[in-house]
Amino acid sequence: MRRPLVVAIFFLLLLGIWQIAAASGRWSPVLLPSPALVGEYLWGALRDGSLGEAVIVTLKRLLIGYAIGVIIGLPLGLLTSTSDYFEDTIGALALGLQTLPSVCWVPLALLWFGQTEAAMLFVVVMGTVWSVVIATDTGARTIPPIYARAGRTMGSEGFDKWTRVILPASLPFVVSGMKQGWAFAWRSLMAAEIFVTILTGFGLGHLLQYGRELSAMDQVIGIMIVIVVIGLIADKALFSPWERMLHRRWGTGLK
Amino acid sequence: MIAHDSEPRASPPAELVVEGVDKWFRTDRTITHAIEDMSFRVAGGEFICLVGPSGCGKSTLLDIIAGLKTPEKGRVLADGQLVQGPGRHRLVMFQESALFPWLNVFGNVMFGLRRKRELTNRERRTIADYHLELVGLEKYKKAYVHELSGGMKQRVALARSLAPDPRVLLMDEPLSALDAITREQLCYDIQDIWQRRRKTIVLVTHDVREAVCFADRVILLSPSPGRIREEFRIPLPRPRDINSPELAHIAQRITAALKGYLTETNEAAE
Repeated sequence: MRRPLVVAIFFLLLLGIWQIAAASGRWSPVLLPSPALVGEYLWGALRDGSLGEAVIVTLKRLLIGYAIGVIIGLPLGLLTSTSDYFEDTIGALALGLQTLPSVCWVPLALLWFGQTEAAMLFVVVMGTVWSVVIATDTGARTIPPIYARAGRTMGSEGFDKWTRVILPASLPFVVSGMKQGWAFAWRSLMAAEIFVTILTGFGLGHLLQYGRELSAMDQVIGIMIVIVVIGLIADKALFSPWERMLHRRWGTGLK
Repeated sequence: MIAHDSEPRASPPAELVVEGVDKWFRTDRTITHAIEDMSFRVAGGEFICLVGPSGCGKSTLLDIIAGLKTPEKGRVLADGQLVQGPGRHRLVMFQESALFPWLNVFGNVMFGLRRKRELTNRERRTIADYHLELVGLEKYKKAYVHELSGGMKQRVALARSLAPDPRVLLMDEPLSALDAITREQLCYDIQDIWQRRRKTIVLVTHDVREAVCFADRVILLSPSPGRIREEFRIPLPRPRDINSPELAHIAQRITAALKGYLTETNEAAE
């Protein structure tokens, strides 16, 4: 019971500081709206449905693009781990492209796909896939070779070896890679939505950008808060259960 | 241990023949001669121990018998059949570190069983339960590997390698990482299980006492390249106590012989 209390006090304190700063009159309300104003915007946007719609559009792009990225990334990572030739070629490519900030894919995606959903998905996939490749590759190369040998003597070869021994053994790496991939995908999608208006759906990034164009600071801050909250929820819902499972089985991270 | 009325059928133990096995390892710059012209025969149901210091190729030999490595020369026959790859009739009880952390104890024991297509799921579970009971871990079915002590991990490894009913069991230093009391207990248990399930067992170790405790015959190896030097029959009655003076006495004799070969090898190297 004490931990939720501490959390509540902490965030109420933050809100309080914000309220005091806004009420002090030192900054124009155009630049620093009060929490109440932001709340009012969020409530309004929620009631007229624009916020809910934007959240759904954005999450749909993110989840589909992310799933495609993971589905491509996992086997590619396992492949690069099998031979030094793949490592030197595909692995090096993956490493290079992973260091490329994913927002850099936006111009290319626009020229290739135009202002379409495909461009959005492409950016998300590129944000995801390289992190997953590298993490899977590292995982599969780092696991003790004795696992594969023990598996082989018990009749686990070929496809079975990859899905039942190598992949589960590298899970601690794979999950952290997937988490990083998620973070990159989320960032790149926001960048793409801010840069590009497409008519098939207005996402959170678009709402943020309109807020800037209208100098509506309550909208800008409100949407930013929504983006942060979605990030937090995704982390808790998607990755925390995996991490808890890993800790329980591997006996790591125990207090 | 409890007598079990529904003991799963045990395959007859296989006779094992190692014939003129030679093994080299090549890296970019060096060639290491790991095993030189090794030949021996293990009767069905016999327990033999290969003893030697590090570098005598004993783990490599175990891999060759398991079919995980191919020798440069020579061959291994199990019941007259040429060993050409890993097979479930020859299973290795690796050291505890080979247990799978992503599976619980039951899942680890089931791993080899799941790969035996001829079994139904119900049969698999019955066999896994039987073997967990055999090693005294039926209460720890759901535990994960890191939650077990060293001795319990070795028991899981033993159950895992016994469950698919191999005809030859290969053991790699099963007692080496254990404290004295756990060691003594596991030593009894392995003897007991061997008598109940009658496997042909080849055990490699650097620990002479461990070897004398289990073996019908102890085969002494000397290093670089690994070679067979001498063979000792161990006439002690079973079950044997790893800490008994008679056992220590025999172990002492074998250790003395081992030291002799080591100085010989060192002098030759100088």
